[in-house]
Amino acid sequence: MKKNLNKILNEINIKADWIGIREVREITTYRSVRDGNPKANDRHLTHGILIEVLYNGQFGYYGTNKFDSKSIQNAASSALKQAKLASKWSLCSFDKDVRPKSVGKFSSYRENNNEISSDILNDILMKTNESIKVSDKIVSASSFFKIVETDINFVSSSGSEFSQDFLLMSIDFSATAQDGNIIQSRSANGRLAQSYQAGYEVFDEQALLNKAQIVGEQAVELLTAEECPTKKTNLVLAPDQMMLQIHESIGHPLEMDRILGDERNYAGWSFVRLKDFGNLKYGSDLLNVTFDPSLEGEFASYKFDDSGDVAKKEYLIKDGILLRGLGGVESQRRSKIEGVANFRSSSWNRSPIDRMANLNIEPGDSTFDEIIASVEDGVYMESNRSWSIDDYRNKFQFGCEYGKLIENGKLTKTIRNPNYRAISTPFWNSLKMVGNKDTFEYFGTPHCGKGEPNQAIRVGHASPVCFFENIDVFGGA
Amino acid sequence: MKDNFFYICDEIMKKRNEDEDFILSFSGEKSQYIRFNNAKVRQTGCVDDANLYINFIKNNRSCKFSLSFQGDHSNDLNNVLNCIEMMRNEINNLPKDPYIVRPDSSKSICEINDGNILSRDQVIDSVLPIIQGVDFTGIWASGPIYRGSANSNGQRNWFETNSYSLDYSLITPNEKMVKGTYAGSDWNQEKFNHHFENKKKQCQIMNENSKKISPGNYRTYLAPAAVADLIGMLSWGGISEASIRQGNSALCKMRENDISLSSKLNISEDFRSGLVPRFNSNGEISEKCIELFTNGKLKNTLICSRTAKEYNCNSNFAEDGEYLRTPKLSAGQLKEAEMLSHLNEGLYLSNLHYLNWSDRIGGRITGMTRYACFWVENGKIVSPIENMRFDDSIYNFFGDQLDGISDTVEYIPEVGTYDGRQPGGIMAPGIIIDNFNLTL
Repeated sequence: MKKNLNKILNEINIKADWIGIREVREITTYRSVRDGNPKANDRHLTHGILIEVLYNGQFGYYGTNKFDSKSIQNAASSALKQAKLASKWSLCSFDKDVRPKSVGKFSSYRENNNEISSDILNDILMKTNESIKVSDKIVSASSFFKIVETDINFVSSSGSEFSQDFLLMSIDFSATAQDGNIIQSRSANGRLAQSYQAGYEVFDEQALLNKAQIVGEQAVELLTAEECPTKKTNLVLAPDQMMLQIHESIGHPLEMDRILGDERNYAGWSFVRLKDFGNLKYGSDLLNVTFDPSLEGEFASYKFDDSGDVAKKEYLIKDGILLRGLGGVESQRRSKIEGVANFRSSSWNRSPIDRMANLNIEPGDSTFDEIIASVEDGVYMESNRSWSIDDYRNKFQFGCEYGKLIENGKLTKTIRNPNYRAISTPFWNSLKMVGNKDTFEYFGTPHCGKGEPNQAIRVGHASPVCFFENIDVFGGA
Repeated sequence: MKDNFFYICDEIMKKRNEDEDFILSFSGEKSQYIRFNNAKVRQTGCVDDANLYINFIKNNRSCKFSLSFQGDHSNDLNNVLNCIEMMRNEINNLPKDPYIVRPDSSKSICEINDGNILSRDQVIDSVLPIIQGVDFTGIWASGPIYRGSANSNGQRNWFETNSYSLDYSLITPNEKMVKGTYAGSDWNQEKFNHHFENKKKQCQIMNENSKKISPGNYRTYLAPAAVADLIGMLSWGGISEASIRQGNSALCKMRENDISLSSKLNISEDFRSGLVPRFNSNGEISEKCIELFTNGKLKNTLICSRTAKEYNCNSNFAEDGEYLRTPKLSAGQLKEAEMLSHLNEGLYLSNLHYLNWSDRIGGRITGMTRYACFWVENGKIVSPIENMRFDDSIYNFFGDQLDGISDTVEYIPEVGTYDGRQPGGIMAPGIIIDNFNLTL
């Protein structure tokens, strides 16, 4: 039940330079079926508040799930005490301008708000599970739905008062096929990549059955596919792999808190330096990257970040040149580099940090057929299954579930275990063609990990099909 | 917390109907977090968090509900009873589940480790003055961690530990880094000061110019923290019985083709340290030690009771995810002090970074070198190296390429906090590998 945050704020009796309260109430429902049997019908409810105070330039916070007056007062007093003790050792001295006053509401995009009952959802899960089992060679089939309902309310002593509610859907199908010692797995666009801000319209039974069947068929198809060749060649990536590519080698290196060193003990630093903004040729002239919290249906759209800053679309990279960082108001103050409204926390029990939200590559001019026709020899890859990159976000190696050879301008044989490796800026500078709007798709993930203490947060990535030259590709063990 | 949890459990049991079963579990923390950058405070705060997990079983069906637990009898009971009513309304609409895990009837256990840690007000003044003069970045986390379970057969388990961890990196002006973790349940200021002075000395050698290593195979020493990262991968599509049965494990080859790893390799799930609860979230209590790899052979996998029912095998009371909770790689024969001379020439890798299966079924893992990694000649460190990507198979580095294991096991504490602070860690010695494959 939503709390009266203004009442709570007014009852707090401490002498701080600023006080903010963020309430998060989130219900997550998981339903899954494996091999024809229910695996999960689970719900999780988390509800709490983060009280943040500013004292002598230093913020302190206290997260609690207790809402009685005494607990709130104790939490606020403790947050103040932490801020006071730390203020003589502050890395940076802030004022209340880094928590801008904001008032308003946001409700995530959805077509159908009418909840579907658990028996119908389980029935769809069972049917999709049957659809995946296209052959006796399918040794494991899984169907998974996740529904998240999130309400965030924020008030502050500066007069901020905003609320945001989100309905978030994730759908996943996966199949593992086996023939002797050959084992191959396929999912629908990569694990949990089908994550959207949407309503119950996503549970379109026939569409889901069709998707599930393709997952099963392609898992079986991979059993007899050739191994991905090992060579330097042309690489065409589908949007469901571009999502991961954008995330790891553009998103993380552009996070300003990484560039400023906050993450060096955990997620790592960045090859990008402050002097690179406005100068670095990050990619070819075809590379245009936007932070776009306004795209309806993408997984991480919102109106306000957790500092209260109003979010809007911005170009981070335009015509291949790095322009702007993924930094919220605090990082903008520290770095004097233009940023975006991305100061976000995973829940009420974490303090906000710089995060990706929706980070997209803008469509180009080429049709899918034009891209494939232009490749004499190459590999086309779909759906991420493996990812690893260094702590500066340079040397990466990514693997996909499904691939096709491109020979003389045509997609030919299916290949299994397709992998590729490269270094970030040379890779993006090898971008030769960018697909048009017809090839543009958006995906998301609920599990972008970062921060100390750790925080897993939702991000969205939309991209067209992209073509890269001279990339090292290789197969399995 | 314990009394509050058990009170709610008792009240639920009073209100249960005869045809209903409950398995309850509890997870909580009262934590202080201080985040450092450049030996200053970046963020500071505290989190009180607790969750109650309810597994409701009726008529061969089950569903789960978890919710925030306040520690207030009236509010918590009201919230919990509302959840149970929702589950009662839903459960008959759910499909029957043939693999339901029923409440356990074994004895109850209770373990409380009080610890002696710094109070929240003492941490800043105890740590900040010591770390000045170096570029220090990392996280302090401290306070009690709680775990509990209870069920409708009357079982009541509780685990509580009070601990701290300071997980940090020291960074030189030329951007070389050394990793440090100082953790425990009893704070000793002198020992911390001594630990930190030693770590600063390690940092000095990182100022040497880095050697660029070409891709290829190298004789390599992996320090305990790096070995712990490789062992940790077995929790993800590795040692799980369900993963093997469903074709998603790197160990399928061991099971189906009777392949062994090196006879030097002995890995167990070892609860004898007492650092993690022996009971799982179903309340089931593990043996004190479960041998997983014995002389390189796959002796046991981790089997939860649900998997045991599905595949008609015996549960060893793993968690439902069948991940490692307290793994230990046993010590070997090589003297710790002689590891570099035994290596003679090659790579010394203190830490690895961002591991992932590059071909899970093939057993191949990719990742990066990170922190204090060196080129060694004639048994002596010559220079740091530039970070490199590796891509190699457990069947090589834990198999026929495993040259030796050190005689000293280190405790690598768990410092992850995604779902709150976690107790425990990994026990691992260093290892030497004849050929370790670097790729980029």
